[in-house]
Amino acid sequence: MKQPLAIETTNLAKIYGNGNTEVVALREATMSVRRGEVVALLGPSGAGKTTFLTAVGLINPPTSGQVSIGGQMVMDGPRAKTNLRAFRRNHIGFVFQRANLIPFLTACENVQIALEIGGAGASAARRRSLELLDYLGVADRENNLPAMLSGGQQQRVAAARALANRPNVILADEPTAALDSHRGRQVMELFAKVAHDHGAGVIVVTHDHRALDVFDTTYEMEDGFFRPSLEQPVSQ
Amino acid sequence: MNLATKDIRHSPGRFALTSFGIGLLLMIVMGMGGIYRGLIADATLLVDRVGTDLWVVQRGTKGPFAELSRIPANLLYRVLSVPCVRQAREFVYHTIQREYQGKPLRMAVLGLSWPTDRGEWVPLVAGRPLARSHYEMIVDKTLKLPLGQRIRLGKDTYTVVGISASMVSASGDGIGFVTVADSQSIQYDVAGEAVRLEREARYARGLHSALGAQQPLLVQQAYKSSAELPAIALPQISAVMLGLAPGADADQVARIISGWGDVSVYTRQGQHVLLLHGLVEKARRQIGLFRFLLTVIAAVIMALILYTLTLEKLHSIALLKLIGAPNHRILGLILQQAIFLGAVGYAIAYLLGQKIFPKFPRRVILLNDDLLQLALIVLGISVLASLLGIWKALHVQPNEALA
Repeated sequence: MKQPLAIETTNLAKIYGNGNTEVVALREATMSVRRGEVVALLGPSGAGKTTFLTAVGLINPPTSGQVSIGGQMVMDGPRAKTNLRAFRRNHIGFVFQRANLIPFLTACENVQIALEIGGAGASAARRRSLELLDYLGVADRENNLPAMLSGGQQQRVAAARALANRPNVILADEPTAALDSHRGRQVMELFAKVAHDHGAGVIVVTHDHRALDVFDTTYEMEDGFFRPSLEQPVSQ
Repeated sequence: MNLATKDIRHSPGRFALTSFGIGLLLMIVMGMGGIYRGLIADATLLVDRVGTDLWVVQRGTKGPFAELSRIPANLLYRVLSVPCVRQAREFVYHTIQREYQGKPLRMAVLGLSWPTDRGEWVPLVAGRPLARSHYEMIVDKTLKLPLGQRIRLGKDTYTVVGISASMVSASGDGIGFVTVADSQSIQYDVAGEAVRLEREARYARGLHSALGAQQPLLVQQAYKSSAELPAIALPQISAVMLGLAPGADADQVARIISGWGDVSVYTRQGQHVLLLHGLVEKARRQIGLFRFLLTVIAAVIMALILYTLTLEKLHSIALLKLIGAPNHRILGLILQQAIFLGAVGYAIAYLLGQKIFPKFPRRVILLNDDLLQLALIVLGISVLASLLGIWKALHVQPNEALA
């Protein structure tokens, strides 16, 4: 049985500047991701991968096109159809190239804050944070500040934070760039596990072709387009 | 989870140092307020403490605290004849500067109307009031003269028999209390040579006057002491202080005495107002203005500190926005830190002030009302100072977390 759509973009375009300084970063980008599906987004630097990801993540409004998440249209061109910050809080988890943890919070608190922002009480938030850290294998570092964690451990904590509010969508921008190949693969497998276990649609921007077997679907971008040869997603 | 305290916990040393700096600044603001109060209290101290209802001073003058006032000593008996006047005391007040143990000693000398007034009203911390009509002295502890100390003023030596607390002049000099007669001896003391020269000059003036030509024997009297010459007035006093009978109408008594033509009369409240609007007005306004400027400077410095603290957290703030934190959560982080910084700074200012202000040469008076007012000002400053940081935080875009 097919899972419902987690993400759907239709003809997304993003143009920066105007006139002589106009740069088209994204053109006609259409993509569908089902719940539990893990999608890799490949392409050279400047291809528009991050622009696409931030548009889907509702932090960089597109110039035109639509974004629907969990069946709800949230962006119609640059116009928001809902409170984007509240929508992000409840439906989207982010993981970045750098773990982007809050430096003055411990590993556990970095997860806990996302839960509290989502409306959880302090004790419930702490309990779930510990569960997530345990699920991701970093429970023993719960009281460490980010500066005391390795790159891989930081990414695991960031993944735990992304999962905290049980989002429909997880967006990851080169999450393995700072890791060695072994750790990188571990993180990719982690996203696959998260997608399958939690039923989230996951898009991972990556340069790392060695771990493509982990993904359910692969898209490749160039000059703001999904490449014609790969316009139809390649199922692994 | 309180993000403000978590951030402070992350770098406690820097927060402590910043709070200490703000505390020092607020201590100066607090101190200026205390100096302002001290100035007013010192200026009005005598008028408040001496316990008199009316001041009789030289006609047309504003009294001995504002300017020179000279009235004859026998006015004392004239005012006693006015109905409702229960008590009259002479008031002699002047400032001297002598050398004591190689250091300058400035003292306001106040004459007590012996034997009516022996200084029982003076708050003593050691010793006793005056027990003899001459050569005894009560001094304020700021003069640092020990009990039993003998000090030469003019041609006489005085023994310190009492030490008072917080009895200083409007200019901050400690007051020395002696009898009126001793006070006049100190005030009008002149060197022996000057006395001899004055007698010679008096004789020469007599010789060249018509009276001297007509009665040469009379001119011989010029060599006698001033006290023996009826033509020369006795030393004058600065003012007469009146105590009225219970229930007496002070304004009515003042009107009667004012009608005499050679004196002016002020109530205690009138002297109070004259002191505040005359003697210390400029200093009072100067300190008040300086205090205001310091408060503004403290606000600007706090705003810059909080703005810098916010700038350092911009990435975290962008991240919080990215994961959906509502604005009030982010504003709370900045505002709580600002208020916490202000509160800790205020506490440091208060504690340091309690240790440091007593060592100031003049009184620094911290009134509860002033402390409460400053606490509210600090709260206001903290909120205002955080606005710049809040404005910056509100303009951070969530995608800046990706930079």
